[in-house]
Amino acid sequence: MASTRVTGTANHHDPAKVATSLAERGSISVHHLHYKYPDGFEALKGIELAVGPGEKVALIGPNGAGKSTLMLHLNGINEPSHGEVWISGLKVERKVLKRIRSEVGLVFQDPDDQLFSPTVFDDVAFGPLHMGVAEHEIHHRVEKALAAVGMSGFEQRMPHHLSIGQRKRVALATVLSMDPSVLVLDEPSAGLDPRGRRELIELLRGMEQTMLVSTHDMRLVAEVFPRTVIVDGGAVVADGPSEGILADEDLLVKHGMERP
Amino acid sequence: MDLDRYLERDSRIHAADARLKFLITIGFILSLSLLPIGSFLAIAIAWVVLMAATVVARIGPSRVVRASFVALPFVAAAIPLIFTKSGDPLGDINLGLFTLTASGEGLIQFATIVFKSWVSVQAAVLLTFSTRFPDLVEALRALRVPAIIVAVISFMYRYLAVLTDEATRMMRARAARSASPDGSGGGSLLWRARVVGSMVGSLFIRAYERSERVYAAMQSRGFDGTMRTLRRRQFGGAQWLALGLAAVTLGVFEVTGHLWLPRA
Repeated sequence: MASTRVTGTANHHDPAKVATSLAERGSISVHHLHYKYPDGFEALKGIELAVGPGEKVALIGPNGAGKSTLMLHLNGINEPSHGEVWISGLKVERKVLKRIRSEVGLVFQDPDDQLFSPTVFDDVAFGPLHMGVAEHEIHHRVEKALAAVGMSGFEQRMPHHLSIGQRKRVALATVLSMDPSVLVLDEPSAGLDPRGRRELIELLRGMEQTMLVSTHDMRLVAEVFPRTVIVDGGAVVADGPSEGILADEDLLVKHGMERP
Repeated sequence: MDLDRYLERDSRIHAADARLKFLITIGFILSLSLLPIGSFLAIAIAWVVLMAATVVARIGPSRVVRASFVALPFVAAAIPLIFTKSGDPLGDINLGLFTLTASGEGLIQFATIVFKSWVSVQAAVLLTFSTRFPDLVEALRALRVPAIIVAVISFMYRYLAVLTDEATRMMRARAARSASPDGSGGGSLLWRARVVGSMVGSLFIRAYERSERVYAAMQSRGFDGTMRTLRRRQFGGAQWLALGLAAVTLGVFEVTGHLWLPRA
């Protein structure tokens, strides 16, 4: 793909950001992705997926279907056994991992995994700091990211003193501070009470990044994501408008889910 | 369970730079350990100064002294000194097989060690009472303690709370299933030991799996094996002044300790 060399980035003064084509920034494309765990279990069996910039896609499927494994391929934590993954027009491979990881904000399901620093500030600053962003810029980014999730003023708090809803929001801020064009979220609404869920829905709706979000929460899907992909047995078994998929009871039940 | 020992107060000691407090505490403990055997006057002065600091910190002596008793069991390690040091015999303890003779020198040495370590622990207690843990970690980092050690301390603090929660949940689950109809509290000792054993095992596996996920989360945000930190403010005039004053005070302990000794 020649476009990887095209200049014109969304962020000129940030050396950590790559020159990717504006048109492609935020795109995800997965070709024929296979992945076998070291113990021989074949988790992914030829995933095909293309997501355009700014698209919001829900990833649903039963436990063990390969959703989390797929997500770990999107920023190169897992290396494909076969096939390839492209992010913002860049092929995911070892030598561009840093660029890829600043493009893709991956948020883990358990905020206690995502938040590993003594204070909220340290955690939100971790990404930009390790991306090599200039110091004065880091403070600015932390402020902006916390404001975006409604957690301004919590900088010096310790993660284990926050509620689960607050932790989930800070977890999101830890990747927003890297200014990613793609957000990959694992079960963002798990463990949230109705109010926390409502706030999360508003938050996700307002974001302009490309989103691929794995969830079991069908109402979340219906409210936020125009497009849904079902993964089962390590392959994409359905891909289309959420309205159609959520209405297809037979399809949902067949893959271990239920209608909202 | 709450691991935090920090007591929120509006005091000058609380507001002071954590690096400064850490340096002074380490200096204090070091100067205590350098005092010669039998320098009780110097130890007493050091203790009074420390207690004055607890008052300035609005925490008060009694709280700090009470918290320092946790270290008392370690004093037991120094007890043999009373009997192994040669000197004026004070008395015998007959243990049947052999007889222990306590000596005056041994007793003085023992007392010196006990008081030194007790006052040192109180200094450390005051530090943890008046400094937030993240600030302390930050101070260690700023004072060039090796990054890997600081990272271990920081992760330990962060995840002790998480692990404690997990352990509490497992204990509760066990308690819920180990009732017995006659109210005697379920299970034989062996059974309970077996349950605890498997709990510890599964806690270890959970912690291990969590560490893999945490590492993946770190990698996802650009971690490549080097811990980076933001630059911190330099020490200002006030901090250097405080450090100088502390050094002079510690010097006074040393001089007192070497001049006023009990007759040997």
